[in-house]
Amino acid sequence: MRRVAYYKGCSLEGLAIEYDLSTRALCEALGIELVEIPDWNCCGSTPAHSYDPLLSAALAGRNLAIATRQGCEVVMTPCPGCLKSLKGAREIRENPEQRRAFLELVGMEIDERIQAVSLLQLLHEEVGVEVLQKLIRRPLTGHVIVPYYGCLLTRPAQTARFDDPENPISMDRLIQATGATVPDFPYKTECCGATYGVTRNDIVGKLSGRILDMATRLGAEAIVVACPLCQQNLDLRQDQVNRYCKRTFHLPVLYISQVIGLALGIDPKVLGMDKLFVNPDRLLQDIEGAGNQESHISQSP
Amino acid sequence: MEQIKTLSLQQSCDVDFIRRVEEASEQKVSKCYQCGNCIASCAYTFVYDYPVNQIMRFIQLGQKDVVLRSRSIWLCANCQACTTRCPNNLDVARIMETLRIMSRREGTVSEPDIRTFYDAFLGSVKTFGRVFETGLLPVYNIKARKPFTDLDLAPRLLMKGKLTFIPSRIKGRKKIAEIFERLKFHRNNGFSRKVEKGRPHSSVPLTTQTDI
Repeated sequence: MRRVAYYKGCSLEGLAIEYDLSTRALCEALGIELVEIPDWNCCGSTPAHSYDPLLSAALAGRNLAIATRQGCEVVMTPCPGCLKSLKGAREIRENPEQRRAFLELVGMEIDERIQAVSLLQLLHEEVGVEVLQKLIRRPLTGHVIVPYYGCLLTRPAQTARFDDPENPISMDRLIQATGATVPDFPYKTECCGATYGVTRNDIVGKLSGRILDMATRLGAEAIVVACPLCQQNLDLRQDQVNRYCKRTFHLPVLYISQVIGLALGIDPKVLGMDKLFVNPDRLLQDIEGAGNQESHISQSP
Repeated sequence: MEQIKTLSLQQSCDVDFIRRVEEASEQKVSKCYQCGNCIASCAYTFVYDYPVNQIMRFIQLGQKDVVLRSRSIWLCANCQACTTRCPNNLDVARIMETLRIMSRREGTVSEPDIRTFYDAFLGSVKTFGRVFETGLLPVYNIKARKPFTDLDLAPRLLMKGKLTFIPSRIKGRKKIAEIFERLKFHRNNGFSRKVEKGRPHSSVPLTTQTDI
């Protein structure tokens, strides 16, 4: 169907490996060919643009330049942090002085046609909710799931050019397509504590704590995210948050690719569901039960 | 109780500082009229020494020292809430980022742990071309002298097979290190000169505060 350059970013090699596994499995099921950018490097993330904006542009832009050589016009990244850096690198084309500096630093140019999109944008705009709805094999009917977008997927609006910066709905619609119940989540774009998990754990304790609290109040069985850092703060650090807030949250935090993958009937193991820290057992048992029933029915005639 | 500081605004107003912030951030800070949308949106005020609207006012008043020594500019997570809601379309988050970079250059970083973490991160990128997550934490823990940071996570990470002990090194890692070196060289000598092949670049360690 479509061929896109794939920039997975460093997190998806390590702590967010299940985001990589599920993205690949989902794209394969949807007929999207992912061409991993050869010898890709780190985009520099927050540390690079807190050091020098040109360092961020050079590190991220090198990947765009390589993707161009592969004949790709669209680079897809599941990580919103990488996305922001890639889009920032594209923007320096508009400033002749910075463009020259980039060329001196990297030795390659960024093609003007190249676009950077998130996995979420690709799913919402290229595949579309209607098409996805028709592909659902294991509907998540009856399950309450809240979408959490975090900061950077739709912000800043001028750079992101996708969905609404204040009240994004793309993920809401995609999750609804799986049959799940999606309540309005008032904290969908409130910050989770970002990179301060290591340096200022109290910040993550407070900010992720209120997100988990709101989701629990809404009766959610799971939070769905599209950012490896948000996922880390809410899932890996959930025990730390519990200690900070003196609470006992036990809320699975899934990637959007995992939740859609499950509904499409992809094996939970292939989607890396066993890599999550807070076990989504209840969701899985129910789905697997429904899946067995379905295969039983299809075999009977 | 915290002491109340008295500032003599006329004596301490640094006009050049205002110009430098506006130039580097490409934002007209004078447009801010203190509506308070930024502070109302900011999730980090609870850890700031000066809320973001006060930082904006301090810039207008040329209070370089107060601004560049504030903890707020390093605790800003660049979440873009302020930028999204500013009625004057000021990119407030970009202004905060500009201040972070300036404070690094001036040697006035008041949250050294955060800078140490960022430097460890960039050090990893410079060495391997990618971030080596497992290696990053020990480097930070040693440099920040906080050996027990996140130690509670290690057994769970190990159990899930998420600790990798060999860094993923890219083939072009020398090219990545060159980007860092060239940037330092050009920041010191200007970008207009042509890069000569094989020319030795000035090698300043990443952690120095005046290296950009």
